[in-house]
Amino acid sequence: MASQEESSQPSDTLTTLKTESETLKTKLEEERAKLHDVELHQVAEKIEALGQFVIKTRRTLKGHGNKVLCMDWCKDKRRIVSSSQDGKVIVWDAFTTNKEHAVTMPCTWVMACAYAPSGCAVACGGLDNKCSVYPLSLDKNENLAAKKKSVAMHTNYLSACCFTNSDMQILTSSGDGTCALWDVESGQMLQSFHGHAADVLCLDLAPSETGNTFVSGGCDKKACVWDMRTGQCIQSFETHESDINSVRYYPSGDAFASGSDDATCRLYDLRADREVAIYSKESIIFGASSVDFSFSGRLLFGGYNDYTINVWDVLKGTRMSILFGHENRVSTLRVSPDGTAFCSGSWDNTLRIWA
Amino acid sequence: MSSNSASLVSLQKSVKQLRKEAGFRRIKVSQAAEDLKKFCLDNAQKDPLLMGVPSSDNPFRPPKSCALL
Repeated sequence: MASQEESSQPSDTLTTLKTESETLKTKLEEERAKLHDVELHQVAEKIEALGQFVIKTRRTLKGHGNKVLCMDWCKDKRRIVSSSQDGKVIVWDAFTTNKEHAVTMPCTWVMACAYAPSGCAVACGGLDNKCSVYPLSLDKNENLAAKKKSVAMHTNYLSACCFTNSDMQILTSSGDGTCALWDVESGQMLQSFHGHAADVLCLDLAPSETGNTFVSGGCDKKACVWDMRTGQCIQSFETHESDINSVRYYPSGDAFASGSDDATCRLYDLRADREVAIYSKESIIFGASSVDFSFSGRLLFGGYNDYTINVWDVLKGTRMSILFGHENRVSTLRVSPDGTAFCSGSWDNTLRIWA
Repeated sequence: MSSNSASLVSLQKSVKQLRKEAGFRRIKVSQAAEDLKKFCLDNAQKDPLLMGVPSSDNPFRPPKSCALL
């Protein structure tokens, strides 16, 4: 009847779109439900239960003057970079607990830090809305801050950063609701990723065999999988009931885990396009701040705001162990590159190595 | 007026994204779960935190004895 759709009442189009949006969302759920023929833990029933295993704190890294917010392992499996609320970024030798480098950032709340694949630089940022790269000098007396390179510029805090497969590109996520890919040398933005409706809190790069994708999680309770080349959101998952603080790929690249303020961790399978497991207990009421898998993907380590680390059997969905030790919130947790240990950082100003 | 057009643009993007996601090729959960399980089991032996590694091989665990020279 109407000839020009563009000149029709905005409210009509708004209503039509809203209806279509609802219809598409319902259809999406129906399609996903059709393929939901079994639960992961049912498939895992016949597998032998895991025996008791002993994981303990083997090293405590003391030196930060305030809350530890983030950490990352070097590919050499022994060095670690950590960042803190007081603006300090420290590089440690986790075997000896010695501090090898220390940088003072011009801002507080350095919420993100990452080690470059070469081991020759670290990236960090936070309330300064930037991500900066510091080349690590072999000369311990050299002032690292002098060689600092500003790479990323967001319009709100930097929540996470990670080098791609080389020292040349960095992926960032921000409180401004976007993620972006940057060229380190020129500081140019190569791609931006729009789709989250609120702060993006975390990201993880897919294992290199799986191709150019990454996953992000945000305050909009959504986890999104992105194509790094096109900037498109390929898949999104909205089953958490609160902010998603951490996302981490399963080692095969076919799934990812998330940790949220809703006190649960969840597993999403990318090929089934749905949540396939929830790791929760009635007794766990504090948010999960950070998650990572063991080498085989069988164990999921979750750091929580109630100061503990819960160890989950990923396939069976049961909790294997609770690890005590930190005296405040666990804010960051990563398994070492070869899976021999994991490191946790906390608001109690320390980092612990567990093995 | 302008808030209407902003909502419109946002909704249009959202609907476009939903249409894309509707076309995604999914597999059954049973198949996906089998693959996750297979990966875990195939790699279990190589997982130090799962298997527990003897102290002598784990750089973070103290070795059982010290040789006194």
